[in-house]
Amino acid sequence: MFNPQAEAMPVKELRKLQGERLKSLVRRAYDHVPFYRAKLDAQGVKPDDVRGIEDIAKLPFTLKPEFREQYPFGMFAAPMKDIVRIHASSGTTGKPTVVGYTKNDVDNWAECAARSLGCGGATAEDVVQVAYGYGLFTGGLGMHYGAEKLGAAALPMSSGNTEKQIMLMKDFGVTVLCCTPSYALQIAEVAAKMGEDLMKLPLKSGHFGAEPWTQAMRQRIEELFPLKALDIYGLSEVAGPGVANECLEQHGLHVFEDHFYPEIIDPETGDPLPDGQKGELVFTCLTKEGVPLIRYRTRDITMILDDGPCPCGRTSRRIARLMGRTDDMLIIRGINVFPSQVEDVLVRIEGVQPQYLIVVDRQGNLDTMEIKVEVTEALFSDEVKKLEALRDKIHHQIKTMLNVSAKITLVEPNTIERTLGKAKRVQDLRKLT
Amino acid sequence: MKVRQISIFLENRSGRLASVLKEVGRAGVNIRALSLADTSDFGILRLIVDDVDKGVQALKGTGHTVSLTDVLAVEVPDRPGGLAGILDALSGAGLNVEYMYAFVSRASDKAVVVFRFEDADAAIAALKKAGISILPAETVYAL
Repeated sequence: MFNPQAEAMPVKELRKLQGERLKSLVRRAYDHVPFYRAKLDAQGVKPDDVRGIEDIAKLPFTLKPEFREQYPFGMFAAPMKDIVRIHASSGTTGKPTVVGYTKNDVDNWAECAARSLGCGGATAEDVVQVAYGYGLFTGGLGMHYGAEKLGAAALPMSSGNTEKQIMLMKDFGVTVLCCTPSYALQIAEVAAKMGEDLMKLPLKSGHFGAEPWTQAMRQRIEELFPLKALDIYGLSEVAGPGVANECLEQHGLHVFEDHFYPEIIDPETGDPLPDGQKGELVFTCLTKEGVPLIRYRTRDITMILDDGPCPCGRTSRRIARLMGRTDDMLIIRGINVFPSQVEDVLVRIEGVQPQYLIVVDRQGNLDTMEIKVEVTEALFSDEVKKLEALRDKIHHQIKTMLNVSAKITLVEPNTIERTLGKAKRVQDLRKLT
Repeated sequence: MKVRQISIFLENRSGRLASVLKEVGRAGVNIRALSLADTSDFGILRLIVDDVDKGVQALKGTGHTVSLTDVLAVEVPDRPGGLAGILDALSGAGLNVEYMYAFVSRASDKAVVVFRFEDADAAIAALKKAGISILPAETVYAL
């Protein structure tokens, strides 16, 4: 543990600390960010109304489009003389969201990134290869500062130039790898071509994130590298990598909640949900000075685990591996359905990544869901009854896991449209007026 | 003894059968017998062709889901009750027919019926014991 005092703080003490920090955060936002002053006034909440962490539910949410409208510096609470770093989201859906960090913000972020590395057992002895991109994107610099804070040796590779990554990984005795899970797989592929045996390297942990990945990918990575593959979570609006990280138990990501307070809400109603129920992840950045975020809706779907304290000794709450995005969510007969859940069911039945398409329609007043599944050779049987049994099995599993009845249609290979190698997963034909 | 049959997955919509048969024809592969099993959603096309490997290659190359299944081609006396007699012998041996279909062409004065059994070897033994003639694969492909 990098900082046992903070990471293993008794829960009661932690809640008290969070309450104090929330009070000063709301005061800071109200006094220095006109956007928040207007929002809090509209909600009829004064900074003095916040007395403890339980008052957080009184506060308004911050939405990504609102953040974007404040481009470039409308969300900043600190003057430029106190801002020491600026990062921005990729802005693929318009203007980027811009985040300014004060010296304290950079320190706190580095602290959380160092704790993340510590979750995998890293110490000052380690050599950390940072193969996330360096730049406006927070991945590279975030893990870099975290490694330095830990006292480890940071190897600032950024992404790309894979052969050199492999050469230095071997020659420098790298013990910790940080990159996207898909890049880890690419490294393994190139290493195999180069005839390098990665399993002989002294690697011990990997912090993989910045994109959704599956349990199956974790297994694959752990077969290819001699390391524990850990899930790391972060987003630039909140800080960057190091908001949450899995410990060696590999059961949920510890949220460094003395800095980033997590909530799960119903994405439809905005009501807070109890632990163990899945919904939209919301973060409040308790200590941020540059951009003091209040109840920021991440649009990521997960849940806070409710299965008691973690054996690792950290007292912070854990979130489950991300299950999808609210943008992908379908509401079918009032039930929230994520394409990732359908994919899970199919992976378990087929043992491989399936090609499928979810078609949602409305007949009369009733939503209908059809799942088209491409029949691969592994699934194909020469006998009608076996194919019918396969279809019924998928139907049954979907019904059990999602609580929705779907028509399963087996289709021929390559009949589901692919765009840029990626299949389109959902077709919503409902005309809701 | 065993004849290799090509099975192809088909969606139950217009033009799918024609598309598969066109690919087989384009590869210069001749169909000796066929059967189509269908449900409301999908079908399975089963083919006996003169060049199995070429047929499979052509279909896989065009993205079809294909599998090979061992079947038996049995000579059936071309007279009333001919097939019933053979089925009697099979059920007497406790063998279950998964599916069957008749050949279009004839070998001499006998009709030819294709059988799919769960256990082809047991079926061969039972048929031989009953004195029923099974056509060699080469003969079937060349019919």
